Amino acid sequence: MKRLMRYLKEYKKESVLAPLFKLLEAFFELLVPLVMANIIDIGIANTDMGYVTKMGFCLLALAIVGLVSSITAQFFAAKAAVGFSTRLRQALFDHIQGLDFTNIDRAGTSTMITRMTSDINQVQSGVNMVLRLFLRSPIIVFGAMIMAFTIDVKSALIFVVAIPLLAIVVFGIMMWTMPLYKKVQGGLDKVLGVTRENLTGVRVIRAFHKEEEEERKFREYTAALADSQTFAGKISAVMNPVTYVIVNGAIIALIYTGAIQVNVGTLTQGEVIAIINYMSQILVELVKLANLIITITKALASADRVAGVFEIRNEEQAAGLEGIPGSAASAGSEKGVPFLEFDHVSLTYAGAGAETLQDMSFTVNRGETIGVIGGTGSGKSSLVNLIPGFYPVTGGAIRLEGKDIRSLPEDTLRNRIGVVPQKAVLFKGTIRSNLQWGKPDATEEEMWQAIDTAQAREVVEGKDGKLDAKVAQSGKNLSGGQRQRLTIARALVRKPEILILDDSASALDYATDAKLREALRSLEGNTTTFIVSQRASTIRHADKIIVLDDGEMAGIGTHDELLAACGVYQEIYYSQYPDERKAEG
Amino acid sequence: MKSGQMKTLKQVMNYIRRYWLLVGLSLILAAVTVILTLYIPILTGDAVDLLLGKGAVDFDGVFGIMKTIGIAVAVTAVSQWVMNTCNNHITYHVVKDIREDAFHKLEQLPLKYLDAHAYGDIVSRVIADVDTFADGLLMGFTQFFTGVLTIFGTLGFMLYTSIPITLVVVCITPVSFLVARFIATKTYTMFKEQSETRGEQTSLIEEMVGNQKIVKTFSREEAVKKQFGEINGRLQKCSLKAIFFSSITNPATRFVNSLVYAGVGIFGALLAINGGIRIGRLSCFLSYANQYTKPFNEISGVITELQNALACAARIFELIDEEPQVPDSPDARVLSNAGGNVKLENVYFSYTPDKKLIENFNLNVKPGQRVAIVGPTGCGKTTVINLLMRFYDVDRGCIRVDGTDISKITRGSLRTSYGMVLQETWLRAGTIKDNIKMGKPGATDQEVIEAAKASHAHSFIKRLPKGYDTVITEDGGSLSQGQKQLLCIARVMLCLPPMLILDEATSSIDTRTEIRIQKAFARMMEGRTSFIVAHRLSTIREADIILVMKDGNIIEQGNHETLLNKKGFYANLYNSQFAR
Repeated sequence: MKRLMRYLKEYKKESVLAPLFKLLEAFFELLVPLVMANIIDIGIANTDMGYVTKMGFCLLALAIVGLVSSITAQFFAAKAAVGFSTRLRQALFDHIQGLDFTNIDRAGTSTMITRMTSDINQVQSGVNMVLRLFLRSPIIVFGAMIMAFTIDVKSALIFVVAIPLLAIVVFGIMMWTMPLYKKVQGGLDKVLGVTRENLTGVRVIRAFHKEEEEERKFREYTAALADSQTFAGKISAVMNPVTYVIVNGAIIALIYTGAIQVNVGTLTQGEVIAIINYMSQILVELVKLANLIITITKALASADRVAGVFEIRNEEQAAGLEGIPGSAASAGSEKGVPFLEFDHVSLTYAGAGAETLQDMSFTVNRGETIGVIGGTGSGKSSLVNLIPGFYPVTGGAIRLEGKDIRSLPEDTLRNRIGVVPQKAVLFKGTIRSNLQWGKPDATEEEMWQAIDTAQAREVVEGKDGKLDAKVAQSGKNLSGGQRQRLTIARALVRKPEILILDDSASALDYATDAKLREALRSLEGNTTTFIVSQRASTIRHADKIIVLDDGEMAGIGTHDELLAACGVYQEIYYSQYPDERKAEG
Repeated sequence: MKSGQMKTLKQVMNYIRRYWLLVGLSLILAAVTVILTLYIPILTGDAVDLLLGKGAVDFDGVFGIMKTIGIAVAVTAVSQWVMNTCNNHITYHVVKDIREDAFHKLEQLPLKYLDAHAYGDIVSRVIADVDTFADGLLMGFTQFFTGVLTIFGTLGFMLYTSIPITLVVVCITPVSFLVARFIATKTYTMFKEQSETRGEQTSLIEEMVGNQKIVKTFSREEAVKKQFGEINGRLQKCSLKAIFFSSITNPATRFVNSLVYAGVGIFGALLAINGGIRIGRLSCFLSYANQYTKPFNEISGVITELQNALACAARIFELIDEEPQVPDSPDARVLSNAGGNVKLENVYFSYTPDKKLIENFNLNVKPGQRVAIVGPTGCGKTTVINLLMRFYDVDRGCIRVDGTDISKITRGSLRTSYGMVLQETWLRAGTIKDNIKMGKPGATDQEVIEAAKASHAHSFIKRLPKGYDTVITEDGGSLSQGQKQLLCIARVMLCLPPMLILDEATSSIDTRTEIRIQKAFARMMEGRTSFIVAHRLSTIREADIILVMKDGNIIEQGNHETLLNKKGFYANLYNSQFAR
């Protein structure tokens, strides 16, 4: 909670004014019985009709002032609470956006979503309630005790015992229920998880006819959720009756001491009534407080979960940059320095036992096309993911124009690179807005150029509205192949210096794939292209082909060189072109 | 109240009705609690009356009353707790029932609906909206009952004390209700707007957090943050409006209360001056007037909360009331051990009426035949799968399996007769083993391993930290696309249904593995009718029937040789694909 409070700081004024006006209202409320007492003591006693009317207007005035200050308080409270949650949500979203790939792998999407939505809403209503009521209750409780002291010390001592007892009960139950509400939110996460899965995997689930089983699973989770909610509720529900017992116990005690003192003559009947009234006043406030406590407990539990997301932080770059050779800016673009260099690079994912890539060394000249081929899990994607610095290398270094990429600002580096990821995802909006991801200020001409290269012209032209055709969430309204071509166009529109195609043509048929490669080859400018593929035909014309086998480099060279010397490459190639082997054989 | 709200309310009542016993118990306990709470001040008053002055205290009487108070307090405390527990139970189980119905509907909805709606929005309905509804409902239960009962209880006591002053109170208090109602109807739309904006935001979160790697790849963090900020700003505005205006209810009704108090005070005082009421009575009356109006505050607070809850409930009921897919007819055949004859007769289909897609499509696949579907990207190959699996129903004509129209076969048995590997791999959060066992939950570990071996997934699974018990996150997490696909294949391999649908299944798997898989597939396909959305030459060449598709239509049909000789679209496609 503490770390979240800073988002309330901007609403300091509102957070102070809200309870202040609330207190004002309480104060005016407390004056009302006094005025009434005067009406009875003075107005009625003297049969003064004029005085009664005058005081009647006074009551009315108090009511109006109370109304105004109360509405003011509500306004400030709402403003602070909503403003707070807005800031918090933005900060949380920004934080999540800032996480690196390693942390994204680790965090689950569905829990992030509940935390960003339902949890923050809980925190918001908590803050709102606290501002409105939390300060008022203790002040009235202590105010009542002080008033009791002014009447009779002996009776007031009962207050001194009862109030801490009440505090213990209130806070004790709060501490007890807090972890329970956390558990409730955890249960909600699970329910959310199944719901999401059944939406994203609807085809598979229906294909296996698992609807009923999924429902059973869902019912199991909701039942567990309902159970934990009911249990937490049961404990919370203890608060009201227990405080009620304590307060009324105190009243019984007050009657008892009152009886003794009245009998002795140190207290009057009226004074006993007054003291008992103060005790009842505490009870009224506590009932309000108890309702509040549930909201607050839930809010605190939620705040914890939100704060938990803030605790996921990117690890600091392990080594200081000074220690990395080549980070010195002097390296520049001298002659003889290769455009891109892998220098004994290795990679181990966080939490993984074995190295995913071992000792990769090669150089790439500007404008070359590099093919990357190898078996599933051989590390092809990992290799190209290192170039934009998605994952930090765990050994060796990658240098771009002689500079260690770790020394380059992330944005600068990534803006020079166009990546077409394996998973072809587009975003809700239009085709245009999706292409603008690649280059925010792209002209129409640049877009069409990229679309042509990506063989996506017919896709775009086939849609109503062309560039302004609507794209649904995740690009669901497009077929896999259409999406893939648009993701390629998205990467091309920025005219990247380095283009990475991570198995990006898998959903394309051979004809389109061939045309795409042809178009890429004739790209103007000095685009350095990395093509990761399973198909030998896709990469055979590359200037260099890197053959990976289980995280190790099995060979590097041109198609002909590799076909002559690299066993792994031969195996891959001939498995796809069995006729040629026969021809040779 | 608007008719829409009435309808929602009625639906909510239907859910609550199932717990009528608990509701009844809760009501009785509320009555007990209220009566005792009103009775205890009278007892204390009586006790105080016995403390007449020095030496004039009736100790026996005081002790007697103290004992009564003690018992009353104990009973109140217990009944209060039981009542609250009942309320909790009712609320959370009503919510559970609603969620279950919503989920049930989710499983029944046609894919047409699901494909057209943002997942984030649906998720927000099932989770966030239902949650808000629960809060409102619980508040309704805990405060509404007791509030109403307190009003009636005090009304009774007041009438007993003085009828004319009671009339004053009764005349003014409806104003409080009117104010509350006015505000509530005004805020209903505000809450709905808030709820909708939240849905929009959840959608964005879902999209951007779910695909964050791509966001980072394009350094779009700032733009996405801005986009989020824009929605967030709108949410702030409409939330502030909704929360502030609804929170006016409380001060406003309290103001009315103050008016009541002042009215009673002045009227009572004037009455007292004329000797119409004793001062003691008046002061007692004033305290009751307070008691009487307080629940109005609570109730009006609850009403705004309920408004909010109803707005949320309306959104969830919208989902629950959505038209489900046409249920299997009771005489629908259960397809078991399908022979594999698939026949499409004069099939017409389109996703939207204004855009024709498949027209007059005829195909007869004999048991065990292999059908390859080829064509340029985006030609509508997945549409055929949608129809075969009955994810979508044909507009005209029919599809027959073993001679029976598939609309007369239960969906479940039809779908399980196909083994399907989709282009887009989908795995669930859970262990590798659970994922493979999805189609056959009762499978033994040995069977799972066999299936994994047959689909060449065993070797990489073995190398995972916990082997088959490795927990993977939603959507496979750190597994590569190819590994995910291997798992999907293993999943089908385990249950081996009589017919197969392979949608570009092997496109992301390296060719070496692919060869092995194809061998396994060949074995699996033996005697099984198979539909393959194919890219690979060998698959196409070995197919018994090749369907060439373009722009959603089947333009050519036949085997490799006949199609090549035809020198049509296929021949063109074939030559361009393998042109060096």
